[in-house]
Amino acid sequence: MPHITPGQAYGFFTDTSVCIGCKACEVACKQWNQLEGNAPSFLDGFDNTGRLDAENWRHVQFHDDVPDETLSEGNGKAWLLMSDVCKHCKQASCMEVCPTNAIIRTEFDSVFIQPDVCNGCRNCIAACPYDVIGASHTTGIAQKCTLCYDRLQNDMTPACAKACPTESIKFGPVEELRRTAVERLQTLHAQGVTQASLYGHDEKVYGGLNAFFLLMDKPEKYGLPDERNAVLPSRNNAGGYLTAAVTAVLGVLGGLIALRRRREKVSSEDG
Amino acid sequence: MGDVQHFAGPPDWLWYILAYFFLAGLSGGSYVLATLLRLRGAPGDEPMARIGYYIAFPPMVLAPILLALDLGQPLRFWHMLWNTTPGHPGVNFKYWSPMSIGSWALIVFGAVTTVSFAASLVRDGKLRLPLVTWLDNRPFNVFGSLFGLFIAGYTGVLLSVSNQPVWSDTWALGGLFLASGLAGSAALMLLLTRFRPEARPSAGMLSVSERLYALLELALIAVFALTLIAAGTQGQVFGLPWLVLWLVVLAGLIPGLYGLATERLSPNGAAALRHSLAVPLLVLAGVLALRAAVIFSIQV
Ligand code: SF4
Ligand code: SF4
Repeated sequence: MPHITPGQAYGFFTDTSVCIGCKACEVACKQWNQLEGNAPSFLDGFDNTGRLDAENWRHVQFHDDVPDETLSEGNGKAWLLMSDVCKHCKQASCMEVCPTNAIIRTEFDSVFIQPDVCNGCRNCIAACPYDVIGASHTTGIAQKCTLCYDRLQNDMTPACAKACPTESIKFGPVEELRRTAVERLQTLHAQGVTQASLYGHDEKVYGGLNAFFLLMDKPEKYGLPDERNAVLPSRNNAGGYLTAAVTAVLGVLGGLIALRRRREKVSSEDG
Repeated sequence: MGDVQHFAGPPDWLWYILAYFFLAGLSGGSYVLATLLRLRGAPGDEPMARIGYYIAFPPMVLAPILLALDLGQPLRFWHMLWNTTPGHPGVNFKYWSPMSIGSWALIVFGAVTTVSFAASLVRDGKLRLPLVTWLDNRPFNVFGSLFGLFIAGYTGVLLSVSNQPVWSDTWALGGLFLASGLAGSAALMLLLTRFRPEARPSAGMLSVSERLYALLELALIAVFALTLIAAGTQGQVFGLPWLVLWLVVLAGLIPGLYGLATERLSPNGAAALRHSLAVPLLVLAGVLALRAAVIFSIQV
């Protein structure tokens, strides 16, 4: 790959159609970023990671799509696998609400939480629609995928993409990845894999995700909101404040009415 | 149209935040009621107004401590106000992030309540500091009340400006918290007249306003429920075990609604609320339960 240059948008194209659930990405990420991980949770399939959080910046999802009884030969669907990660959203909900401005866009157009600025208020956790961020028990601050910021600065591919044996995780300039994704989708559709679709490759979801996906089922199956539900926290400012303002006016009016009633009583008693 | 999809995880805003939301509602509400009494009331209302200013202050001392303790890095509380990003020093103020505006509003309201508290002490002859009574004039109280209204209500907007189920499905929370804060403040001020008999002439006014605020709160609970039904998330906040908390909320509205039904807007019934210890405490329990139901049902 040509040199990684600041000023250009980089990201991941995660093609779930070739993921084999080996979790090399999870291991490589933990090793490079020195994440301790959590105690294993024994979940469906081979998932003992559970979720993305402060200790897990890649999480391979396992969805059991195998019918209990095959309808006919070859008709059983396989497991759905997907290596989930921070989407590095163009319009990032986490960044929108962060009161300390700890969350910034880097020279590689990734979304990065500055560990020395974040104070652990966890507003970003309430905001991220993908449940990506977690608060670290050791550092107290919010942590998530950095797109291997330190590796990028040293012209190295992020650890997960480097480790992925099936190239399910592809790293590169976003523009290039988008072209690759469209080609891959066309190939799959030509092969009759009609359920394949792209998620986040265009502006329809949060203005475009720098880490986007090829999915083998509906987005919500993987815990991704569909286009209609991909909304920003700030949408609720106007309605929330307006209702509060109307209530404030009514509250003051209520107080004034109460005062007036009392005065009428006092004057009628006097008179 | 299907239900709203939610995949955001809980921020773990628990006990400290519950305490803060409760105190913010009472502090803001008391300041507003005190100012109404001082501005529009008779001279006999001044003792009750001072009760309000006394109540408004201690929560604003506790609030920053509670909020800092809730942070993962409490000593970095000031990062809310000042951007420490290398190369980008400056003030942090994001009008679209209620947590950011709230941090500044807390500072202003903290200062305002301190002045009004000290001025009440001076006027009661407990302190000698003429400067504060000069500061604590009517325009100052009106200015402070605007911030009081904000502090009592913005906490609800803060929850809504997220992608959490329930919280982000409604636009009623800011108004709901404000209405309940006002009702609770009226009850608390009435409760405290037992320590200040000369404030009794104002009890009627507070009693009537408490009734009106209970009605307002009930209306906003209905709006809250309707917005959630539209989103399909009502089960999460109104289901068991949270239903128990909602029963407490409703119990807290009963004195006000019962007063409205029987006495309407007549201030005569104030005696019941004033002499009883249980009734104002019930109203306050409702204020707490409302916030607990909204905060905890989404996160635990
Ligand atoms: S996926 Fe979540 S954490 Fe990542 S940039 Fe988007 S909003 Fe922020
Ligand atoms: S936890 Fe840190 S990164 Fe997240 S909103 Fe708060 S200050 Fe910003």
